[in-house]
Amino acid sequence: MPNLKDLKNRIASVKSTRKITKAMQMVAAAKLRRAQEAAEQSRPYTERFNAVMSRLAASVGGSDSAPKLLSGTGSDKVHLLVVMTAERGLCGGFNANIAKLAKAHARRLISEGKEVKILTVGKKGRDSIRRDFAKNLVGHVDLSDVKRLGYVDAQGIAKDILGRFDAGEYDIATIFYSKFVNVVSQIPTAQQIIPASFDAEEGANEATTLFDYEPSEEAILADLLPRGVATAIFSALLENAASEQGARMSAMDNATRNAGEMIEDLTIEYNRSRQAVITNELIEIISGAEAL
Amino acid sequence: MADTMQFDLVSPERRLASMQVTVVQIPGADGDMAAMPDHAPTITTLRPGVLRVDGPEGTAEYVVTGGFAEISANGVSVLAERAVPKGDMTQAHLDEMMEEAKTTYQTAKDGFQNEPGPVDEAAKLLSDMVAMGDEIGLSSKQPSL
Repeated sequence: MPNLKDLKNRIASVKSTRKITKAMQMVAAAKLRRAQEAAEQSRPYTERFNAVMSRLAASVGGSDSAPKLLSGTGSDKVHLLVVMTAERGLCGGFNANIAKLAKAHARRLISEGKEVKILTVGKKGRDSIRRDFAKNLVGHVDLSDVKRLGYVDAQGIAKDILGRFDAGEYDIATIFYSKFVNVVSQIPTAQQIIPASFDAEEGANEATTLFDYEPSEEAILADLLPRGVATAIFSALLENAASEQGARMSAMDNATRNAGEMIEDLTIEYNRSRQAVITNELIEIISGAEAL
Repeated sequence: MADTMQFDLVSPERRLASMQVTVVQIPGADGDMAAMPDHAPTITTLRPGVLRVDGPEGTAEYVVTGGFAEISANGVSVLAERAVPKGDMTQAHLDEMMEEAKTTYQTAKDGFQNEPGPVDEAAKLLSDMVAMGDEIGLSSKQPSL
């Protein structure tokens, strides 16, 4: 039987752990609300942007002069996987799930004889991917100093990706991130951004209005496609931020609950031992008195 | 004919304005244009400049860079990569934008030595920035091209 002092210490330590996880849960809840707001704010831009792009893509896309960002390089030999994860851990399976999806994707591509290059955003994903695909890593973007995600961060990443595309380093780029559904469910998602794919059906529906284009459709498309990459990355970053906080919140909620259960168990054990010690002492006193 | 139309100004980070207006002056890539209600549907890209809206609630001005405007008969939506109300525009903001344009120009110049296209574009962006700085009354530290 563990002695009383040890039990007391254990209870105290589990109690302080519970306080920490509780605090983390509340911090995550506050951050989640902010992340969700940010995602909400960016939605009008993304939606309209995609609507215009799909319309443009539908009308220009078929021609031979279509920009490479839309039509592709004509081959699919080299793939760039952009894996976006969090900078911090303690958020349940969030980072692991994204990394797992990306790894499965990479394995499949390699088994098909394609070349795979990986660019990581966020420290946690890099750590996990480096274990299996160290030689495929081509770069890393560190966002750990970023307090509040801004469009400039997405632009920076987009610039990196587009620069590599212009240099002919890869043919197809896919981003991996976690889509935020609700606090308990975040879906790891793969989205191809180069060559860009837009919902053609949406474009066809909107094609009823005839637009004038200034300067020309091609010029606008060429101007907007690189921005489209940044926009896709920005919304992925925002989704990721919300998912991360959501995952952390539920992970910390579980941890708090587990700590509570543990404290209950330990308290019962502590009380039992205390009782046993008292009974023992009584027996000793009584039998001592009887012996006299 | 309707007197006013819906005007929306959105940047990736937030929605800056959504109101009823009578006229919108857009700094289009091919030149300024003013859109009034029942304008023919048009999509135009933006150059760095000042976007001016007039409406029953008064006049508002925004400094915008990069993006496009979608004009239809009953409204104008401007999607700008960066948009700042003119009153909030500071020298630091402008310097930052100028710096960015300069870097773009420099990389274009270094990267495409025999293709004038991208270099010209970057030079145009830079001069647009300078013009914009003059228009809003901030010093743009005229760069030497």
